[in-house]
Amino acid sequence: MFSETIELRGHIIDSLILPKVLDEILKGGGNFKIAQVKIGQQRADQSFARIEVSAESGDALDDLILRLRQHGAEVAEKGDAQLAAAPADGIFPNDFYVTTNRQTFVRIGGKELEVRAPMLDSAIMIDRSKERASTVRFADVRKGMEIVVGHQGVRVVPAQRATSGTDVFQLLNTNISAERPKRVLIREIARELEEARKASGKILIVTGASVVHTGAAEYLVEMINGGYVDLIISGNALAVYDIESALFGTALGLNLERDGLSESGHENHLRAINVVRAAGGIARAVEAGTLTRGIMHACVKQKVDLLLTGSIRDDGPLPEVVTDSMEAQRLIREKIEDVRLALLMGTMFHSIAVANLLPGSVKTLAVDINPAVVAKLTDQQTFRALGLVTDIEPFMRELTECLKTLREGVRISR
Amino acid sequence: MRELLLCAPDYYGIEYEINPWMSRARGAKTDLAKAQWQGLHKTLTSLEAKVELVPPQPKLPDMVFTANAGLTVGQKFIPSNFRHQERAGEAPYFVQWMKEHGYEILALPANLYFEGEGDALFGGDAALFCGYKFRSDIQSHRAVADMLGCLVISVELVDPRFYHLDTCFCPLPDGSAFWFPNAFDEYGQRAIRAHVPELIDVDEDEAKHFSCNAVVLERDIVLPEGAPNLVKSLTSRGYQCHELPMSEFIKAGGACKCLTMFLPQREKC
Repeated sequence: MFSETIELRGHIIDSLILPKVLDEILKGGGNFKIAQVKIGQQRADQSFARIEVSAESGDALDDLILRLRQHGAEVAEKGDAQLAAAPADGIFPNDFYVTTNRQTFVRIGGKELEVRAPMLDSAIMIDRSKERASTVRFADVRKGMEIVVGHQGVRVVPAQRATSGTDVFQLLNTNISAERPKRVLIREIARELEEARKASGKILIVTGASVVHTGAAEYLVEMINGGYVDLIISGNALAVYDIESALFGTALGLNLERDGLSESGHENHLRAINVVRAAGGIARAVEAGTLTRGIMHACVKQKVDLLLTGSIRDDGPLPEVVTDSMEAQRLIREKIEDVRLALLMGTMFHSIAVANLLPGSVKTLAVDINPAVVAKLTDQQTFRALGLVTDIEPFMRELTECLKTLREGVRISR
Repeated sequence: MRELLLCAPDYYGIEYEINPWMSRARGAKTDLAKAQWQGLHKTLTSLEAKVELVPPQPKLPDMVFTANAGLTVGQKFIPSNFRHQERAGEAPYFVQWMKEHGYEILALPANLYFEGEGDALFGGDAALFCGYKFRSDIQSHRAVADMLGCLVISVELVDPRFYHLDTCFCPLPDGSAFWFPNAFDEYGQRAIRAHVPELIDVDEDEAKHFSCNAVVLERDIVLPEGAPNLVKSLTSRGYQCHELPMSEFIKAGGACKCLTMFLPQREKC
């Protein structure tokens, strides 16, 4: 996304030049964000507007700006970003610029550098020798690093407004409540998944043990086997209960096939942990033929990248679980870099952790039975987020059904 | 009594082509042009307007279109910055004349095109309507608003045949106006409608006869012949219409109003 700041001055309200310019931007396939508007108070007073204009390509932006100039738009003069050295390890200079998760550019020496990778609540570090700007978190800042301070010279690309009416993520931060019908929406999500599967860029699933508890594990396995999952980020619990159910048919002692608790069922998850620890990890347990079904099994078989991060409540944990939370954050950042579509389902802490690190350009779907969790996730400035308040089992059942129909449809048409 | 500035057509002719009306192959008939201009001069004088004359200059055939000399408000004169080099030579002569007649010259930045009263007309609720795109830049409107301290309504002209505001919009003293709406884009039309309480639409056939290019002196309207519907409409509103043959000037893309500049257009904003 390329953008430029323009300024309009004059009797732009009475002459309808302001609405005209905004309409021109949208008609020209661009987007805008109004940075500032000052309306004249008296009849003869002139007004002022500063607008960030963005377009898909540099050429498209140039064409657009050229057209807008005809209506009096002037390209705003830009200054370089101001930098200050980090005073100590783990400490940012005062007034450090705090990032959003949107695409961001920093002007250094008259040249704009794109900030890699856009992430919420970080600072921006500049490496002049490599002409590189990158987000940096507290844990990684070192004494003397050059950090952007203030807002000058920092340009954040406005949230993309979809130009097609077919994109389910077109409405920014939309939440679909429990009372709303979801079938049509789920079909659209299935279509997005199918598209993402064929395209480059990863599909990320962030989920928790609720997938197993609600009996939705088989649908997730179907998705994994269908090639709809490239990366799973979750915690110890998902893996433990999935393996417990694979080995004993229970999840936290609750029989998944028949209703009710199993005899000594509460021990099962600990026995499952013990089996995997003894095998030397999940992958080894699969290789050894001990683990023959379930989500973890499918992940190993389909070579899905699996990142399990620990929490203070964990039993075990399983050997794969990353228990250093700073290290876990670093790994999440590394792995999500080329994620195209993210499904955050039925887990609050992992979903929030990942949403905090996702660039705003990633299409993000949050599914949870708790409306507060969905609201929290879609409010994370993940501008292409869609929230769905529903139990994940019916959601995933419907989703896998839609995916199957899509695939069969494709086969028939071929 | 209104004062008007005219320029005799001694050197008038179609010597270049800078608008869709002009064709050197279809030049103006010199004697007929002179007769038509005399007709205008006579009519305006008969309506008790005081007509001043700026001396025409050789090789500046369009100097006859004095509306493009600049914009006069009170004793202030904002000279035009002509878009086309062919007409740029007129500017110093107009400035000289205005200076000699006691006007204060307010120059616009040289990089902003502005073609005077041709693109700047007071009307409606005392706003200055300014046309842009073909000849004047919208940026010049802002500068004019700064200089005069008035509300400027900038409207985009979209039909190259109506390349100046005064070819498609004519304000009347009661705040109403007649116009050819299709010469403006949608936003321009809306902006004009918001500031002019009553608008008389001129149809395309009559607009093509430059019928909006009229000189309004209170209840008298001097306009080119060929607009019976408009004349009927204006007459029914109590105006006295004076229809003049203007064929030889229309060949250059001008008529009654283009041949006339008000001294001043308004006493103040």
